[in-house]
Amino acid sequence: MLNELTLAAASVASGEKINIGDAAVTAVFGYAVVFVGLISLMIVISIIGAIFKSKDAKAAAAKAAEEASKPAENAAPAEAPKLAPGSAGHVKLFDVPDKEAAMIMAIVADKMQKPLNELHFISIKEVK
Amino acid sequence: MDVLETLQRLWNDSGFASFLADGGWKNLVMIGIACVLLYLGIVKKFEPLLLVGIAFGCLLVNVSNFFIDGSSSADALYHPELWDAFLDHDSPFYHSYGNIMANGGFLDILYIGVKAGLYPSLIFLGVGAMTDFGPLIADPKSLLLGAAAQLGVFLAFFGAVCLGFTGNQAASIGIIGGADGPTAIFLTTRLAPELLGPIAIAAYSYMALIPMIQPFFMRLLTSEKERAIKMEQNREVTKTEKIIFPIIVSIFIILLLPSTAPLIGCLMLGNLWRECGVTARLSDTVQNALMNIVTVFLGISVGATTVASRFLSLETIKIVILGLTAFCFSTIGGLLVGKLMCKLSGGKINPLIGSAGVSAVPMAARVSQIEGQKANPSNFLLMHAMGPNVAGVIGSAIAAGFLLAVFQ
Repeated sequence: MLNELTLAAASVASGEKINIGDAAVTAVFGYAVVFVGLISLMIVISIIGAIFKSKDAKAAAAKAAEEASKPAENAAPAEAPKLAPGSAGHVKLFDVPDKEAAMIMAIVADKMQKPLNELHFISIKEVK
Repeated sequence: MDVLETLQRLWNDSGFASFLADGGWKNLVMIGIACVLLYLGIVKKFEPLLLVGIAFGCLLVNVSNFFIDGSSSADALYHPELWDAFLDHDSPFYHSYGNIMANGGFLDILYIGVKAGLYPSLIFLGVGAMTDFGPLIADPKSLLLGAAAQLGVFLAFFGAVCLGFTGNQAASIGIIGGADGPTAIFLTTRLAPELLGPIAIAAYSYMALIPMIQPFFMRLLTSEKERAIKMEQNREVTKTEKIIFPIIVSIFIILLLPSTAPLIGCLMLGNLWRECGVTARLSDTVQNALMNIVTVFLGISVGATTVASRFLSLETIKIVILGLTAFCFSTIGGLLVGKLMCKLSGGKINPLIGSAGVSAVPMAARVSQIEGQKANPSNFLLMHAMGPNVAGVIGSAIAAGFLLAVFQ
């Protein structure tokens, strides 16, 4: 449909010189078509965005309500999470000082998002 | 063997002798221009990935192509007269790729990809795979700025008609204002292939000059207070929204303007490969390997169209001036609507993001960020400016689709 409109707006043959009046109409109409196209797209994206926002809001509200009802349901204090057992054996170090080994283990634990005492290091060796 | 005769023949066949022939000096000028473009690409780093290829294509075609009695020399890499026959309705070789393959040079064969609109579309595939439309989805108002920044396209089109260009040529010149190289090449090969060289060179040169062109208008049209406005952080966009976006845009825009299908279709397919999460290999290939291969072919074959006898004309100077005008007015259009949005939002929108509506991604957005930070060092506009910036890509494709629908 838009193609027919654009063709009607500029009744010009391809490859020919066009008069200034036709050029002005084509320019104004073309700019308007770009706006119409992008405004329509903006409306569609806004509607989709609104749907997703309301879905997120509902999910967040449901989660908040669930968390709020938890203390009432479980009157008894929640059991503390069990700690992992402490050290499990020794780590073999090859050309690595204790301080550096501790630092490496701490970095690995941080990157893996796990407590250090849940990880088992077998050996640490400097690669030369 | 007659040594003297052989030497004489070697001299006559050489390009050096052709410089002295009628019009040969034009090739010498073009070689100089190619060297300047190489300098700009390599030393000044003006869009080097494309400009170096274009400049070298220009150099190759002008050291190998000397027009003798209206036809290219035997060893020419590119033969404009073959392409004239290809476009001539009365020629027996009208739309005959076979004739090009049989008689063309190395650059003629590469140019088939430009003529068929293949390279610009494949570049868009890569651009789509590299682009994060998240800032645009988070703030759909950005699309208004992308639309406003197409002002230069239509003003330059009008200006070109006033300067005596045909409708097709004026449309191709106007699209320089979209600040989108592949779109400019795509439209020009369809409407005015004879202007491809100057239009592509103007488009890529001005895109590279954006950090020099835009700040002047940004400071002229906005106050210090407006430039210092800090914008609120955009909402987080979900993965599902990012997957739905390219599908919706493809359906909507292509239905609206079917002539945009090659550009918008490829842009959105590339983006879908990026976002859907199950085609990481394809996304990686189009972003890197394919994009690089197509850039090689596109640059050198566009450069090949800068044959001296056609490039050195008053028309080229007019195109260079109109292209600059288009860029300036596109920036102004974006800034003015940015200012309007700033007023309507009660000062929540920084008008500097308007100039990013020209689609040179991400250069225009970076300029907004730099100017914003000059006014307020704690200002971070980059992500806000990326919205209008990618909207500009869609906007320039729509503008090209409109001009194609009117003039093809």
